[in-house]
Amino acid sequence: MGIKMQTSSLSFYYGEKQALANVSLKFREQEITALIGPSGCGKSTFLRTLNRMNDTIPHTRLEGEVLLDNQNIYAPDADVVAVRKKVGMVFQQPNPFPKSVFNNVAFGPRMSGNNQGVSLDEVVEGSLRAAALWDEVKDSLHKSGLVLSGGQQQRLCIARVLAIEPEVILMDEPCSALDPIATLKIEELMQELKKKYTIIIVTHNMQQAARVSQWTGFFLMGELVEYGITRDIFTNPQNKKTEGYITGRFG
Amino acid sequence: MRLSPKTTQKLAWVAIWGSGVITIFILLFIVGYVFANGVSSLSWDFLFMQPAGGLSGEGGISTVIVCTIYLVLLTIAIVTPLGVGAAIYLSEYASDNWITRLARYGVETLAGVPSIIFGLFGFALFVTVLHFNFSILSGSLTLACLLLPTMICVTEESIKIVPRAQREASLALGATKWQTIRHVVLPAALPGIITGIILCVGRAVGETACLYVTLGGSAAMPTSLLSGGRTLSLHLYYLAMDTRAFDKAMATGVILILIIIIINTLTNWLSQRYMARVRGT
Amino acid sequence: MNRYLTDKLSHWVVLLCAFVSLLILALIAIFTFQQGFPAFREIGIVQFLTGTVWRPGQGEFGILTMILGSIYVTLGALVLSTPLGVGCAILLAEVAPHQVRGILRPMVELLVGIPSIVYGLVGMMFIVPLVREIGGTGFSILAAVIVLTAMVLPTVITISEDSIRSVPQKYKDGALSLGATRWQTIWHVTLPAARSGIITAVVLGMGRAIGETMAMIMVIGNAIRMPTSPLDPARTLTGNIAVEIMYAAGIHENALFATGVVLFVLIIALNSIAFVTRQREQEAE
Repeated sequence: MGIKMQTSSLSFYYGEKQALANVSLKFREQEITALIGPSGCGKSTFLRTLNRMNDTIPHTRLEGEVLLDNQNIYAPDADVVAVRKKVGMVFQQPNPFPKSVFNNVAFGPRMSGNNQGVSLDEVVEGSLRAAALWDEVKDSLHKSGLVLSGGQQQRLCIARVLAIEPEVILMDEPCSALDPIATLKIEELMQELKKKYTIIIVTHNMQQAARVSQWTGFFLMGELVEYGITRDIFTNPQNKKTEGYITGRFG
Repeated sequence: MRLSPKTTQKLAWVAIWGSGVITIFILLFIVGYVFANGVSSLSWDFLFMQPAGGLSGEGGISTVIVCTIYLVLLTIAIVTPLGVGAAIYLSEYASDNWITRLARYGVETLAGVPSIIFGLFGFALFVTVLHFNFSILSGSLTLACLLLPTMICVTEESIKIVPRAQREASLALGATKWQTIRHVVLPAALPGIITGIILCVGRAVGETACLYVTLGGSAAMPTSLLSGGRTLSLHLYYLAMDTRAFDKAMATGVILILIIIIINTLTNWLSQRYMARVRGT
Repeated sequence: MNRYLTDKLSHWVVLLCAFVSLLILALIAIFTFQQGFPAFREIGIVQFLTGTVWRPGQGEFGILTMILGSIYVTLGALVLSTPLGVGCAILLAEVAPHQVRGILRPMVELLVGIPSIVYGLVGMMFIVPLVREIGGTGFSILAAVIVLTAMVLPTVITISEDSIRSVPQKYKDGALSLGATRWQTIWHVTLPAARSGIITAVVLGMGRAIGETMAMIMVIGNAIRMPTSPLDPARTLTGNIAVEIMYAAGIHENALFATGVVLFVLIIALNSIAFVTRQREQEAE
């Protein structure tokens, strides 16, 4: 599989404080990469550099490059809006807009205004089907997205992302606010989605990383300590720190 | 002697309920007094007749109502776009540095500055220097200056309540910053902004001092923005202080209180609807 | 690329709004100070602030009597409205059953909304004759204090109530679970936690009192002389401006602007108190 996205020597600063140091990482197309590590290790910050969401935080600075299809998304002439359309994001807390289910999903296409050929209805239905939510909400498309359960809300947020037809999907601990059954549904969904998209997931739950991903990167104190095939990382870590973290949490 | 906690609590309860009772009494008294003395002068004629003007207290308040409506509409038309725009800039675009903080402090301070100072400013600038004379235009501009800080503060408050997660979701879906503001932030902040506008209408209706020195006080029907005039509150002042037509002043007071009751009911209704929408029902 | 253009354009439009708004507000401050400054220079700042004679015709401008007039009525209203207001706020936020609050709260909101001129009218028609029974003409500091108290009270109540209400339940639960009575919890936990909000409420109330103009003109008598008893008439700083600005010219007009400067400074001083309290609170957190 080809390389969809990669970072080279990426460093990130909040004011004077360095949050990421020299991270170089490759993400393969149509596979799931999991980023693990203790809280505060920089994995979420790293994820947010991949679609330039950190741009919205004042007093931050970034060094290095993030390449999407070999184009630096931080190049001076790069279009941040286009980047975010290609690299969708699902957040830790389900955050549907206080709008109807339909309008939540239709939001992205409406904003970019280029839904020629396909009607909005079809886009919405297709996205909700792809997010495995259609059957549950097809009779209440015009009810507020806020009345759905937590797991449904998160799948609504995924549908919302699918509607903008991204190429990469970032997931920032998407199940941490959900119960086990809703978590299972999202994980099944990820396996479906991976056939079409490149997925990068941040998780604090190592079983989840082991279950869903093909590649795993372990972060500690803003550095990428180890990166490799998930099975290898969990069965035969090369680095002592990785081993310590995994055994401490696994065994 | 130390009182037992139980006794102290009893005493405290008496004091607290006492202050509640006094407050209710004050309200009932003011409203009751105005109604008792004013209702007898209320009639359709009072509403639809012109005031006689001059030192005569005869006639109704038709021209005054018209003038009040003109003045309020013009003021709101000026203050809403300016205030909302400024608040959007301050909360969404401006970076957090000393200039922004100074601006915020300035706006907050100006919100508390006595209205007569705005009147002084309006009188010197709009009435005198710019030759708008005593007119609805001068009055509206002055009133808009007075209400601008309030409008900015209220809008900023309601924009601040919109969760960060909503903005991030919109940006992450490839919306531009303005699209995010227009389609996510403003709809969520709208009830707050509307409440702010209604608040400004209430203050515009009730304001006297800064209009006393910019609006002129003519009792004639306004024919253009450059006509002078008097609002209901100002009319009440003239009736009480100049013409000594106290019954008419009280009747005008009844109208003012009714307007405030309508405004408050509207605000409460809006905020209840808003709460219902937030809960998603 | 249409929406990119809109994005840029909107940025400039709101920037313009902010610029115009702040410019206007800055202009008001600058204008007042600039127009008042000649009065300070020609009359002398000390003479202006401590002089007790105000005779514009003879070129004598001293506003001490009015400063005192404003301060007396404001302090009087403060002393009466703070305990009443905070008491009522506690009632609304902590003590009253739900139904009572449902009735009381709209009443307080109505009190906030009633135009000050209506308070002035009731004061003039009812309070002034009442004070006259005690002595003097009735147009007096006492009448003004009573009117202002009623006017400021709802402001103090609503803001105090909001801040008392925003004290986290866990603080109160902590105290109650240790066997404190409800009143002890309110006195030792809730009120201290709501302190900065209550101070803000009182400061805003004072600001409203100092700034009130027309209602004061209606009940205080507007006489320029040293007030010696609550039954004496007086003139407030705001009243002075409103009564004289229409026919003032030259140095007289400057002197009125200078009166405005004094009001401005008083308000800034008051706001700073609220600002510092809030700042300290935030640092403590």
